Amino acid sequence: MPRSGRGYLERLAVSSSSSCILGSARRKHLATPTGIKMPAFKHRGYPEEALLRLEGLVPCRESQVSTLLSVFGERQHFSFPALFIYGHTSSGKTYVMQTLLKTLELPYVFVNCNECYASRLLLEELLRQLQRLSSEEEDLAPVSCDSFNDFIRFFKQRTMMLDLQNQTVYVVLDNAERLREMEANILPGFLRLQELTDQNVTVILLSEIVWELLRPDMGCLEPMPLYFPDYSIGHLQKILSHDHPPEYSFDFYAAYINILLGVFYPVCRDLKELRHLAVLNFSKYCEPVIQGEAKERDTRRLWKNIESHLKKAMQTVYLREISSSQWEQLQEDNGESGQLKGLSAHAHVELPYYSKFLLIAAYLASYNPARTDKRFFLKHHGTTRKKNIQKKHDKTSNHLLGPKAFPLDRLLAIFHSIIDSRVAPTANIFSQISSLVTLQLLTLVGHDDPLNGPRYKCNVSLDFIRAVSRMVNFDIVRYLYDFL
Amino acid sequence: MSTCSVSKGCFVFKPNSKKRKISSTADYFSEGNNDSEDSELRFDTCQLLWKRIKSETEQLQEDLNKKLYDNLISFLRQSHSDFKEKKTEWACRMKSSEIPAAALVLGVNVTDHDLTFKSLSEALCEDITPFVVSLRSKECPGIKHLLQKFMAQLMGCHIEVDSYEEGECSKASPNRMRCSVASLTDWYRNITKKKYTDTPCKKETFSSRHWEPPPVVVIFKDMESFTTKVLQDFIIIISQCIHEFPLVLIFGIATSPVIIHKLLPHSVSSLLCIELFQSLSCKDHLSTVIDKLLLTSQFPFKLSEKVLQVLINIFLYHDFSVHNFIKGFQLSLLEHFYSHPLSVLCCDLQESRKRVNFLSHNQCENIRRLPSFRRFVESQASKKQTVLLTDDACLKEETQVLLQDLHTYHENYFPVLRCLHAFTSSLPNYPLGKQIRELHCACLERKVWETEDYESAIQLVRMLAKDELIAILQKCIEIITLSSARCLGNSTEKLEEYLDHFKNLEATDDQEEPVSSLKEIQKKTDLYRLQKTLLEMKESRRLKKLTKFEMLRFEVVDFIDSLVRSYLVPPETQTLHEVMYFSMASTLREHLNAAPRIAVHTALNNPYFYLKNEALESNTGCISNAAPDICIAYKLHLECGRLINLVDWLEAFSTVVTAAEDQNSTVKDQMEEIIHYRDCPKRGFIAAECCPHSFCILLRFSPCCSLQHQLLGDLEVQGSQVRSVLVLY
Repeated sequence: MPRSGRGYLERLAVSSSSSCILGSARRKHLATPTGIKMPAFKHRGYPEEALLRLEGLVPCRESQVSTLLSVFGERQHFSFPALFIYGHTSSGKTYVMQTLLKTLELPYVFVNCNECYASRLLLEELLRQLQRLSSEEEDLAPVSCDSFNDFIRFFKQRTMMLDLQNQTVYVVLDNAERLREMEANILPGFLRLQELTDQNVTVILLSEIVWELLRPDMGCLEPMPLYFPDYSIGHLQKILSHDHPPEYSFDFYAAYINILLGVFYPVCRDLKELRHLAVLNFSKYCEPVIQGEAKERDTRRLWKNIESHLKKAMQTVYLREISSSQWEQLQEDNGESGQLKGLSAHAHVELPYYSKFLLIAAYLASYNPARTDKRFFLKHHGTTRKKNIQKKHDKTSNHLLGPKAFPLDRLLAIFHSIIDSRVAPTANIFSQISSLVTLQLLTLVGHDDPLNGPRYKCNVSLDFIRAVSRMVNFDIVRYLYDFL
Repeated sequence: MSTCSVSKGCFVFKPNSKKRKISSTADYFSEGNNDSEDSELRFDTCQLLWKRIKSETEQLQEDLNKKLYDNLISFLRQSHSDFKEKKTEWACRMKSSEIPAAALVLGVNVTDHDLTFKSLSEALCEDITPFVVSLRSKECPGIKHLLQKFMAQLMGCHIEVDSYEEGECSKASPNRMRCSVASLTDWYRNITKKKYTDTPCKKETFSSRHWEPPPVVVIFKDMESFTTKVLQDFIIIISQCIHEFPLVLIFGIATSPVIIHKLLPHSVSSLLCIELFQSLSCKDHLSTVIDKLLLTSQFPFKLSEKVLQVLINIFLYHDFSVHNFIKGFQLSLLEHFYSHPLSVLCCDLQESRKRVNFLSHNQCENIRRLPSFRRFVESQASKKQTVLLTDDACLKEETQVLLQDLHTYHENYFPVLRCLHAFTSSLPNYPLGKQIRELHCACLERKVWETEDYESAIQLVRMLAKDELIAILQKCIEIITLSSARCLGNSTEKLEEYLDHFKNLEATDDQEEPVSSLKEIQKKTDLYRLQKTLLEMKESRRLKKLTKFEMLRFEVVDFIDSLVRSYLVPPETQTLHEVMYFSMASTLREHLNAAPRIAVHTALNNPYFYLKNEALESNTGCISNAAPDICIAYKLHLECGRLINLVDWLEAFSTVVTAAEDQNSTVKDQMEEIIHYRDCPKRGFIAAECCPHSFCILLRFSPCCSLQHQLLGDLEVQGSQVRSVLVLY
């Protein structure tokens, strides 16, 4: 405890001083927007040149980086025991963290929790990377580490072995929300790693969810939260135009990005996806220029050329209806997309004859209340029809409530009544039902009581079942209670 | 597996595959048979024939899949070259790297998929890469299992590759294997490095066949059954190492590719570069199989109409599985050779002629007993009749001739059938069916020219246009020349003649019509004259002279009709057809389409049906005390309503059981009964429901429910892969 306390004090001192410097720098920057550009980051712990390089690498994330820098302090300073960085998908959390640590050559281990389905894997991976960090060449035998206690021991050992004591070691855990699924001691353990190992270490958790959702019930050491806001459209424009191809000028590419964002920004703010789309469609944008029909400056003409194309891309490639390589192929062939249908166009499923009826019966059983079966499937159902229709109006539609479970016997009863011919209940019929389950067209629910017989739910949409019943000339709408 | 246990119930066996049964039980073939004539020879013939059929179907399968595989492999090649060029271009550098994924839509016949995947992975292993991993959803309930399976298969094939010199890798047991991305990339780097260094000195052949660097192919056999989470996790994890080595996913999809979007959210599917591949539809597949197996004189064994109908119905109504169809065909083959002593003659013509000479007297008697042969004898002169019925040598001679006739009949039958199909397959509404199998069934069933459908079809053929007719005629000529039928030689000439006529017609196209009677009407006339001209016109239209083309068309149709009448007679009319045609449809249906519910009901209601115990016979209405306890209990329960008072039930039971016996055994019986009742729920026959009144126990007797349950749960029911053999008691 005393050690960690000292670290804390030091951190406070450093952060206050650096934020002072930073604050003044920013003020100057704001005051002279068109003047000489001042370096965004200043820190006496790190070489000027590395900081400058860093500035070039993290556009639009300057304020977050400077906060981080001030929290980190100098190499040998104790930092905050745990940081919690959160923000939406592709708001640059992982990228900023990695670039920062790499550029400043800080000792760090970086693990993506997605890859580790068990805590053992996570801990071993951390240790392995730590090993690599310290000993460049020689490969020590991989350790097996089953508990957090072992981890602490090994961690201490490793850091002691090398002279990492006078530097802060950063442990970065990406997708930290996965830690919830592991043993209860893992997350609090990591948050207190500095204290437990008695070493100069900082744990950084990266996550897409807010801390409140991640906080364990039993309480723990609260990490310092840091929010990465979404990139604004201006940011996106700036970042995307940054990676222009070498053959074309920055301005040309920036104009293209502008058009692209105009189309895609309303539906997609994912930087990675936007970049991907930008690359995919850029060759089409360049076409008039290459063919000599338009100049690079002729933005209006280029816009006319590309806009419909981008809209089409939004409906196909973006939704992964067709793959990007197919899309490129299409562009080369100059857009005959007639023969190429998206994945959703192949919704038709061919089923054996009885399977179709079984599925229809299942659908009816799922969406009709059991008490109405008499009315639909009995020959002489009497005169109750009119009364029921009037009653129905104050009911919620079953299609809004979703499918209901039904027992096997009801399914078979309906099946036998809607099929014209007499069908013996053979093993084949039963096996078809379970085939439908494996095909995920039916779902088995509550299969715990062996005597009651299985219960199912029908898993298909109204459109699907309509298509199926059209094929066997069965008017399903007439049998659905909701549509009476 | 024995069924001699005391407990009563229903035993479900997963049968051994039929193939094994044959090989192990050649003697079973003769033992269990009443007509054990030539059983060994029959068995050998059967196996030989099956081997031929099997290789034919395998060949067929391969040809059908070839196109799909070629497409897949070119996709793999494309993605592979993308991987190699990755680092050079600007566009490739900036693009987010996607995992190439092939969505393989295979249709709902899940049973057939195993074969397809097996041959696919074999083909991939052969030419492309040793690293093919196939995963089934059953083996991967969690991401942990999936990764372990994945790694184990990868490392496994690695060991296979450099067989023995790799000691240390095989030691790493899969349980302790570190299934992480890092270890995966390490492993890949090691293995490729090793191979690069190794290749100059050895295994030239190996490395030249596979691509460099070999891609890792992961096949998900049943995409639908994987849980969303497992799939998502796996794709996210594996996408981390896409830069390290080439990786391809193959999704086996049974329903429709929409399932990908259902299973994977956009964030995950954006990691994939999905392309769609569709296999041949199973109906087309079936048509090809029928075409190659049944509509050919190549194989002597034939199916009768009823049997074929059973097999096709199972296919169309139940499972869509070509695999099962072939299994059914195999079963009928087996059954035919097993049950019919004369099936010994069911082989190629030369061979069968030889065999006729060696027939025993008993077999000759068997021939005489055949209904078709009797009919034949009756049609002969009386002198010949006696000779045929008494002299074996004469009979054998005659049999040879008859077999020859049967052979010629088949040789002619199939080409003519195809010709007729060429005519009828393009007619509106398909009066004789769209597929050739329907036409075949119709022809097998009865004289096809006597049916109404045939009438209407011929009517429609008479209205065909010229170019259609020419195309069809050309097709017919092709069919007949390709077939080996000798007697049809003249018909080819005839058809060619017709074809020439049609072509000549084109040159001398005569257009003498239409008469200018219409103009007459337009002139001003009185009513009487108008009526008269109209009548005349009507008359003339009726008697209108046929054009040359129409005449010719009639001739062609008549010619085809005559062909049909002479060659498409149903096989039942042929003498000795029993030798080659398997007609026991009911046996086949019993085997392939078992009805478990009915079986249980029969067993409970009429125990004699299965037990064949004389004491149980013929007591309709009353409940005999000789019947097994469970039957008595069941019958008594039928007399009650849905819920049974246990005390009453037991009382009734003991009354029935002790009706004929002395009184002192009652107590013992009741004890037994209580034990029995305790057993029942275990076996799933009785459900105890909570009773509202505390002094009586209400029971529900539900044999069917539990049986269905057993069928649905215990048997691994994918399609009707498992044929259940139900043995009661």
